[in-house]
Amino acid sequence: MVDRLLGRAHPEPSQPASPTAAVWAHVQQARNLKRPHTLELLKFMAEEFVELHGDRVFGDDSAIVAGLAKISGRRIAVIGFQKGQDTEENIRRNFGLPHPEGYRKANRIMDLAERFGMPVLTFVDVQGAFPGAAAEERGIAEAIATSIGIMTRLRTPIVVVITGEGGSGGALGLAVGDCVLALENSIYAVISPEGCATILWRSAEQSQQAAVAMKVTAGEQHELGIVDEVIPEPGAGAHTDTAETARRIRDAVNARLDVLTKLSLDELVEARFNRYRAYGPYTVADRPAAPAERPGLGDKLRGLLPGRPSVPQMLGTRRNGQPGRGEE
Amino acid sequence: MPVRLPFRPRRDAYPPDLWTKCPGCSEMLFNKQLDKTMRVCPHCSHHFRISARTRIEQLIDAGTFVERDADLQPVDSLGFVDSKPYADRLVAAQLSTGLRDAAIWGIGQLDGRRVSICAMDFWFMGGSMGSVVGEKIARAGEAALAERIPLIIVSSSGGARMQEGTYSLMQLAKTMGVVERIKAARIPYISILTDPTTGGTFASFAVVGDVNIAEPNALIRFAGDRVSAGTIGEELPPGYARAEFWVSHGFVDRIVPRAKLRDEIATLLSFLVAPATALEPPPPTGFSPRSFLSALTGALTGEGSGSMGQTANGAPGASTNGNGSLNGNGTSNGTGESSGDGSGAANQGEASRG
Ligand SMILES: [Zn+2]
Repeated sequence: MVDRLLGRAHPEPSQPASPTAAVWAHVQQARNLKRPHTLELLKFMAEEFVELHGDRVFGDDSAIVAGLAKISGRRIAVIGFQKGQDTEENIRRNFGLPHPEGYRKANRIMDLAERFGMPVLTFVDVQGAFPGAAAEERGIAEAIATSIGIMTRLRTPIVVVITGEGGSGGALGLAVGDCVLALENSIYAVISPEGCATILWRSAEQSQQAAVAMKVTAGEQHELGIVDEVIPEPGAGAHTDTAETARRIRDAVNARLDVLTKLSLDELVEARFNRYRAYGPYTVADRPAAPAERPGLGDKLRGLLPGRPSVPQMLGTRRNGQPGRGEE
Repeated sequence: MPVRLPFRPRRDAYPPDLWTKCPGCSEMLFNKQLDKTMRVCPHCSHHFRISARTRIEQLIDAGTFVERDADLQPVDSLGFVDSKPYADRLVAAQLSTGLRDAAIWGIGQLDGRRVSICAMDFWFMGGSMGSVVGEKIARAGEAALAERIPLIIVSSSGGARMQEGTYSLMQLAKTMGVVERIKAARIPYISILTDPTTGGTFASFAVVGDVNIAEPNALIRFAGDRVSAGTIGEELPPGYARAEFWVSHGFVDRIVPRAKLRDEIATLLSFLVAPATALEPPPPTGFSPRSFLSALTGALTGEGSGSMGQTANGAPGASTNGNGSLNGNGTSNGTGESSGDGSGAANQGEASRG
């Protein structure tokens, strides 16, 4: 089951011992420093690439790169996270952890794309936005929210490719699109497994369980409907053959753009809005929790008065669905 | 195991004859007195956290609030288990709060003005935003759009709910999509940030109000303490990421004490009125945020975008009722009656995949 979800052929004969270990191996693979990032992929995917710098407000973020590319003859605005492949570059790239300037630069390039009729292609590989004070006080939350908002309404096609780690709002800030593709060994999660374990288990040691519980693998995210298509990786993983990985991504992106560019911009933006509007399952209970909502409520003083019944009245509120595993 | 929800939150029934110790000044406060001061310490102005229902009672004119969608029920779509199963956590939170999830929304009057309001409840799993909370915020926004009335969201939330995985993350995009439409339609949106407003809640609808108001000393931040402490070992100064910090860094407009909040909102709303010209339907297409933007962008892009630039006046299915409402899932979900057009309706009834 897990192998099917992971959807990958292990080249090594030594299969991980447990499903948890298999998921954790997948997480490690997604984080492999040798995996190609935005610039490495563009070297093979794009005939031309002109990088553009700066958010025109504060600075240029090195953890997010952006520019104009020609890919299979098509003009495309490309934006992506950029980790380093060695320690020196990683320090220069702030370990791929972006500050607000990165998202603001990205939004500037998106605006160019919209005005000059270029589709947007984003590469997502980030554990999360930089969690330090410098990012916080310059408004990382505002930068991410604004970028998400812009992407929900941008009037040009957007294709997202998750290439490594898709982590939290920091990833979603560049990951709202008409299509979301993911490399086979990538992961996507609401928070890093370590962050989840720290909060829910109060110990980072439970990261592996957190990764399993959040269903982080590309295959699982595909089953959940978050990812549209899983792109198989060559050989023992993307890091073993960047050229082939880039070719597969390019073909998948081209196929998507061929379809998306035929839609009218109104249809495109409406469909994108509806995609995100529909995310998230819930049920509707038979009856509201508190019908005839406390008629005397408004007449009372605000706040809480002693007149409330100490024993809550019980309503027969049966629900359609168990809160349990409705999906499985 | 069907859960029967009590009529009202047990937690709210602070025993009136008992005392509460103020974490701000350590005074012992008589609960009855504290309720009269809107649960603000009379000695040091410490703002105690309050439930969503109490918040709405404080802001909305007596007897005018009509709750919508109280019957939305969260689903454990991942079968999530940490130290406890998510399903058990939901049941426990429902029993202790009397809510089905961590937000209440509805329509009511604020100082005589009809508004759409959504308040989050920190006592329901830390006010975390899963699919139901995101849905309620989206519907509150869509009702504001459909009726052209102001939107008020009171945040009190630890961020996205991890137990619903990436579905929770997608609520950031769901809510921001609606907020963008509200802004395009010139509907005023007031965001109230209360203690605490963190994580994905701060990094989506809460931070992008036309006006952002914070309660005094509210903790507001994107990266959580435990998360950032584990990632980078920075020492954080006192007052870091509190309401006052955000005013000085330019992301919050005003800090307003609870007793003045309703009046401040009323004053702001008296200014934030769309000019009549924006509401008059232009002859060819009728006003809708989409066709309005479409025309604007079409004019900007001209012919340069090839087939993508040809649709400025297309707006297939655009609403022609002149009130700027959205067709499809916009209005149908906004009423809470779910007439069933639009993709949002696919979520009605049985749990469905996004
Ligand atoms: Zn006090």
